[in-house]
Amino acid sequence: MKHRVLSIAMIIAVVGLGFFVYKSRHTFKLGLDLNGGTELTYRADVSKIKGGDVSSAMSSLRDVIERRVNLFGVSEPVVQVENPGIINGSTENRLLVELPGVTDINQAVALIGKTPQLEFKLVRPEAQKFTQEELKTKTADQIFTDTGLGGQYLDGAELQFTNSGSGQIAGQPIVAITFNAEGRDLFAKITREHKGEILAIFLDGAVISSPVINSEIPDGKAIISGGFTADEAKSLVRDLNYGALPVPIELVSTQTVGASLGQDAKTSGVKAGIIGFALIVAFLILWYRLPGVVASVSLAIYIILSLAIFKIIPVTFTAAGIAGFILSIGMAVDANILIFERMKEELKHGKTIHDALHEGFSRAWLSIRDSNISSIITAVILFWLGTSAIKGFALTLGLGVLISMFTAITVSRTFLFAIAPRSSSKVVKFLFSNGLHV
Amino acid sequence: MHIVNNRKIFFTLSGLLVLGSVLAIYMFGFHLGIDFKGGSLLEVSYQTTRPAPETIKAGLDTDNLGSYILTPSGNLNYILKTRDLTPAEKTVVLSAFQTDQNNQAKEERFNSLGPVVGNQLKNKAMVAIIIVIICIVLFITFAFRKVSRPVASWKYGLATIIALAHDVIIPTGVFVIWSHFRGGEIDLLFVTALLAILGYSVHDTIVVFDRVRENLNLEARLPSGGFEEVVGKSVTQTFGRSINTSLTIFLALAALYFIGGESTRDFAFVLLVGVIAGTYSSIFVASPLLVTLEKLQKNS
Repeated sequence: MKHRVLSIAMIIAVVGLGFFVYKSRHTFKLGLDLNGGTELTYRADVSKIKGGDVSSAMSSLRDVIERRVNLFGVSEPVVQVENPGIINGSTENRLLVELPGVTDINQAVALIGKTPQLEFKLVRPEAQKFTQEELKTKTADQIFTDTGLGGQYLDGAELQFTNSGSGQIAGQPIVAITFNAEGRDLFAKITREHKGEILAIFLDGAVISSPVINSEIPDGKAIISGGFTADEAKSLVRDLNYGALPVPIELVSTQTVGASLGQDAKTSGVKAGIIGFALIVAFLILWYRLPGVVASVSLAIYIILSLAIFKIIPVTFTAAGIAGFILSIGMAVDANILIFERMKEELKHGKTIHDALHEGFSRAWLSIRDSNISSIITAVILFWLGTSAIKGFALTLGLGVLISMFTAITVSRTFLFAIAPRSSSKVVKFLFSNGLHV
Repeated sequence: MHIVNNRKIFFTLSGLLVLGSVLAIYMFGFHLGIDFKGGSLLEVSYQTTRPAPETIKAGLDTDNLGSYILTPSGNLNYILKTRDLTPAEKTVVLSAFQTDQNNQAKEERFNSLGPVVGNQLKNKAMVAIIIVIICIVLFITFAFRKVSRPVASWKYGLATIIALAHDVIIPTGVFVIWSHFRGGEIDLLFVTALLAILGYSVHDTIVVFDRVRENLNLEARLPSGGFEEVVGKSVTQTFGRSINTSLTIFLALAALYFIGGESTRDFAFVLLVGVIAGTYSSIFVASPLLVTLEKLQKNS
């Protein structure tokens, strides 16, 4: 009785879960090879950076690139640092950039490789009267005028701290920049002609500071005081001095997949999964009869449960990942086959169906456990070492093995006990035997 | 029983297959894909018809690519393999495909990998295989630690490793022959397939060994037929399961091979060969080997 109630509860839960998988707003996360997009790998040259600073340089590199990628308007970009190590066989610091949906490599590369833009723009006199609401509706050109002065005239940048006196709070970090000869003349001209106006300082298209010009500055030195924290000021100094990025980068590998190619791989992968499942179910029912039906239901539950978990985690599906999942559908049945074969032996020894069920499950458990542990070891190592495509395969296979242990044992067991008859009539015997036996 | 008694026949068959595979690998060599040696792959599709390769080659020859390989793919596509190209170079190369204004050449995918990166991936793949093997031997020695008579637990590990080498070498040999005639490369997906076979091979062997373990524990003393009889009985008892499990996996992989699309076809093929080899080896190689190992021990 207990088993019947549990069985019904399980079926209801799984139908609900199936509904969730089918209907939920979350979509499956698809890899670039299925969805189309670009993956770029850069090598970072950290040879000029002292030992301990490498990881902070790499993380600020990632931040800079991430900012630029976000400007690009890509949905869900991934920017990742790959550190060197014995384990992953790499001796270089690398940066991985994934741009889903972007197939124009040239545009992406140009955007990521560009140097930071430092620009000085004057605020139009009429713009100073705008209210906050009005400012929001104006374009940059309506508010600012270009001065032609920018990072190209920069001689160097330096981190300084404010002194006490002159009405400032002491110890605030500021960035002192020095222009070269050309820049100095231009800067002097601007400050002379626009005394009292606001000169906004732009970095990568965003205003970082907007000081008022108090007097002409003839010596080509300017201070950017943007209410920085010490770290922000430091990274700005570095960005300005290094030109582009905290460390120079070089493109070492690219991968682009067109959307239609990915679509084909996706549909054929799904089709193969459905047909593979149908073939297995046909075999199970023909060979194992009633227990085969139970195994097929467990297999269906296995698939629904796995898909739900893949969705929730979320696991990124790649072509290799789909292949791993299809393989796991085949392997998931193994535990059931082990149990059924064991039941057959016990029935042959004259046990009742109920006892044979008990024995079958408890005796098969050790082989199921040990054989699956070896599969899990393989999956873990693959995941640990692999590139993104292999990781997808390892994750689907490894999770698949774990989930299948649950469905093939717990779920099948509950169902079988729920339907196992006490009597052993001829019909019942037929339904529970298998293969070519009548 | 027949299987264990006739083990010399099965050992010879396996030996010949392994030898043939090694020979094939030696003769044809590995065709490494760009994953491992670096280079570029560009796939281009056309809307209506595919122009003749000569017209495209004429354009490509002026692009200073060095040697390249241009192969038709599907009905309307071309795949071009070259040294590693920068995105700017790719744009130039792509224009060589655009021979007719009314028949647009569309870039389907482009992979480019520097040789250094490829070399590192190769090392990484080898490290992965070695670590998996070591971990599995350790695990088996641990799982069978209580079974020390008549064969030490590490010998189960040894037999598993020999079966595993068998299961990896044969699909590799078959794939090398297949790729020699059909085209196909050793790439990351191939290594993934080998690792999956590795896992499956051990999985399958453990099921049979587990039965040997159970049968040994069941009786206080060895039966009259000795260890040989125990192993023979265990193989017979697990035979049905071994065949049926590999059949279900075979069905899943066959679906993947025939319907699963171009990108995973070679992968499914290698796995199919591996599953057959793996099932065969746990019944006909690994288990009889246990008996041979026991005999060697007795004689020494």
